[in-house]
Amino acid sequence: MRITQGTFSYLPELSDEEILAQIGYCLDNGWPLSVEFTDDPHPRNTYWEMWGLPMFDLKDPAGVMLEVTACREAYPDHYIKVNAYDASLGRQTTALSFIVQRPAHEPGFRLDRQEVGDRQIRYSTHAYAAGQPTGDRYGRG
Amino acid sequence: MAGADRNGAVTAASGSDSGPRAGFGMPTAADHRREAEEAEAAAVVLDDDAVVDLAELRRASGADEVLTALDRELVGLADVKSRISELAALLLIDRARERFGITAPQPNLHMSFTGSPGTGKTTVALRMADLLHRLGYLRKGHLVTASRDDLVGQYVGHTAPKTKEVIKRAMGGLLFIDEAYYLYKADNERDYGGESIEILLQVMENNRDDLVVVLAGYADRMDTFFRANPGMSSRIAHHITFADYAVDELGSIATLMADDLGYTFSDQAFDTFHSYLERRIEQPWFANARSVRNALERARLRHARRLLDGPDPTVGRDALTTFEAVDFSGSRVFAGGAAAVAESGS
Repeated sequence: MRITQGTFSYLPELSDEEILAQIGYCLDNGWPLSVEFTDDPHPRNTYWEMWGLPMFDLKDPAGVMLEVTACREAYPDHYIKVNAYDASLGRQTTALSFIVQRPAHEPGFRLDRQEVGDRQIRYSTHAYAAGQPTGDRYGRG
Repeated sequence: MAGADRNGAVTAASGSDSGPRAGFGMPTAADHRREAEEAEAAAVVLDDDAVVDLAELRRASGADEVLTALDRELVGLADVKSRISELAALLLIDRARERFGITAPQPNLHMSFTGSPGTGKTTVALRMADLLHRLGYLRKGHLVTASRDDLVGQYVGHTAPKTKEVIKRAMGGLLFIDEAYYLYKADNERDYGGESIEILLQVMENNRDDLVVVLAGYADRMDTFFRANPGMSSRIAHHITFADYAVDELGSIATLMADDLGYTFSDQAFDTFHSYLERRIEQPWFANARSVRNALERARLRHARRLLDGPDPTVGRDALTTFEAVDFSGSRVFAGGAAAVAESGS
């Protein structure tokens, strides 16, 4: 099941040129960027691992792409996303966040239904891959 | 999402009077058609026996404006100027070759500037970023200045992130490392500078079209630096030496500097300044253009004092902007040979 989180997630995978163009758009708006990765892409897991510190004062997208490439090499089977932060007063939030790498095989999520009192049902989602210890999830084979 | 909604609303409003609604700034069918036509026009490869008008290309590139501005604003530096005009020529030829479908990777543009103090190394580096951008070699054309402090860390594992951060900031522009020999300390093998140099070397090789690295420093110490780091020397294609200025060149530099400050020389003042330079150039710690700047600064002080102490309390525009001979002859440089200056008629 293909995970759809962040901007552009319903589009076909972005090529590196397209990623560079999107990063360029962020830099033109003055948004600093950061790279994050995880192997626990639960929809409620907002805080992914940081790949280095956020990058300030960059002028050219090649600098961010350098970190994306380094992160891809280090974690070939993880999800990687690029975040752009808009620090302007009144917004001060993530302006753009999109996935730049996903594992080759995504098993998806199981929906758990729990019957509780008064015939209520509670739902929770559980990633099939989360059964493996972190680092072994989404591995090839 | 608020921003996206706002953008969407704006686009929808502006699109409503011109046919179908264009959502979120997405290209319309007409845009796609135009883009396809433009791409087709650009992709036409000329026949083997076609000719390209270089003069036409030259006009279109605007390189000549850059070069004449450089010629006007920098005195001397023939070596630097010829190297820059060669780069401009290469750019034009590469563009002409592209028309025939021949492409070559970006040339190696890393440079080292060596020369005595005050010969214009930093000034040229500051302009080089803008120049290379206008010639089309750099995407952004900004300049990031770094010294040892910005590149080398204080403990194990601190250097690589620091160096990489500076490199990332310099992407698309020019990374200027002033007094680069401080990066490498030969007498301390546990110094972290070597790690920084290694990362720089790697980036200079792999990200050649993303950034240009310029190393600058005094000639003798740069030679030692390059001898200790042969990899660095061979990755730099342009070793440019900044020669010391002749007295006449220093004179024209002074005129340019005075012009920037809003002053002019009277004829006698210029003669006196010329003989001042002839003496100063022989003395120790002569720092070329920097010494000229300092001499002008001192002349400004004497000029101000002369006007205040003068008998006539009213001054006009000419008096306020003109250096006279006495503004220079008061210099300590003349103290040894005041009689000689008096004889020469100033």
